[in-house]
Amino acid sequence: MGKIVKYLTIDLMKNWVMIVFTALLFLATLGFFALEGQNEKAVIGLLNLSLLLVPMLSLIFSITYYYNMYDFLLLILAQPIKRKKSIFSLYLSLLIVFSLSITIGLGLPLVLFNPFSTSYLLLLCILLLSAVFIAIALWAAVYTNDKSKGIGLSLLLWVYFVLLFDGILLLGMYNFAEYPIEKYVLFFTFLNPVDLSRIMVLMQTQTAALMGYSGAIFKQFFTTQQGLSIAVLLLVSWVVVPLMFAFNKFKKKDL
Amino acid sequence: MIAFEQLNKKYGKHKALENVSLSIPKGRVVALIGPNGSGKTTLIKSFLGLVSLNSGDIFFQEKSVLKQSDYRKHIGYMPQISRFPEHMNVKQLFDFMRSLRKDVKDYDWDLYDKFEIKKLEKKRLNALSGGMRQKVSAALALLFKPQLLLLDEPTAGLDPKSNEVLKSKLLNFASEDRLIIITSHILSDLDDLVNDVVYLIDGKLKFYESIESLQEKTKESRLTKMIAERLEMKN
Repeated sequence: MGKIVKYLTIDLMKNWVMIVFTALLFLATLGFFALEGQNEKAVIGLLNLSLLLVPMLSLIFSITYYYNMYDFLLLILAQPIKRKKSIFSLYLSLLIVFSLSITIGLGLPLVLFNPFSTSYLLLLCILLLSAVFIAIALWAAVYTNDKSKGIGLSLLLWVYFVLLFDGILLLGMYNFAEYPIEKYVLFFTFLNPVDLSRIMVLMQTQTAALMGYSGAIFKQFFTTQQGLSIAVLLLVSWVVVPLMFAFNKFKKKDL
Repeated sequence: MIAFEQLNKKYGKHKALENVSLSIPKGRVVALIGPNGSGKTTLIKSFLGLVSLNSGDIFFQEKSVLKQSDYRKHIGYMPQISRFPEHMNVKQLFDFMRSLRKDVKDYDWDLYDKFEIKKLEKKRLNALSGGMRQKVSAALALLFKPQLLLLDEPTAGLDPKSNEVLKSKLLNFASEDRLIIITSHILSDLDDLVNDVVYLIDGKLKFYESIESLQEKTKESRLTKMIAERLEMKN
């Protein structure tokens, strides 16, 4: 398995999309720190930017990559290699390259300009988030037999996680504003890895004070060691569950 | 050497394979032919474990291959590849495949040399023409000296000279304890290479016969004619 990961990772590192992505993140991070007077504002700006960008790129790039690698996967699978190994190698290679890209592009300048726990938490969240969306992308790719359908599905998923879910949640909150729904809202954010990461990071900043009663409940939960650990575990399960679905489907799939 | 027992495979409602039973001994060169969509590729893919069957069993050297992967050590597969990793060059591909097959120490570089692949070593795989890709695929399939060689349309896109090189290599490669299975549309390429013909139609086995028996039945000498005649007959 190590061999497959090695060759695919080296190949992916030369991909211009990944290089541009890294450069873009790097420049954006520098830009935010140069333009915003307060570091905290820069961190929040970066949070918003990467929450839009990272899920989208992870999804679309991974799904395209899977389809481009399809023939090559068949060649690998004609060797004495187990199926699970081959798809896991694919996932791992994507994960390694995205993690490197995010660590260099976002993490490095972030930690240099603002060497506090919020920065590390932001980096951790974004890394986990890309792991989540690569996993979701593979799952979508394994389920669809056609590249354009796969990319369509990944765009739909992105719209759902980044826009639609929040809209539905806001609608619900607005309609049930009379009731004590704060704890339920907390629970609902667990259902969306993007929101979960957003709130995890926001709650470490002063912005939390502006978020009313829900904000207070959130702050109570996410500023404790226990709450943070639970949130990270939830994000990890957002990686593991789609990945398991993808692997199981891939094991039985007709290639 | 390989045996298919009552294979059934459906894609939705479409029956890709229907009760295909077939047993092929070693030491043969077998042509697997049939019209488009007759189940040739499905048969080969099911043997490689790339397609899961609805029912039936497949044996390689008396052992069932379903859900196994180790038996593929003995198989050389030449697929039709249209895309490789973007930046991988020819040399890297050969290095990569060799690193996947640490069990093999003794390589067959014959085709690699005859197709002059060394000259292309630094070229990116995706920049190669279709014919060059076929050559690379063929050299790779033979590299590990497999006992069973599966060739999917090996001659499609090859120039006449390379075609002859491949053919003479295959004739050389065929031996008592090896088996070669070739799918092809171009029957003339298979003349004086194959010993047996497996004919599939609509996912069913139409016939499995040796060339001698076909010749005797049809009184023809060319493969194309033999098969055309044979299809006219019943059973």
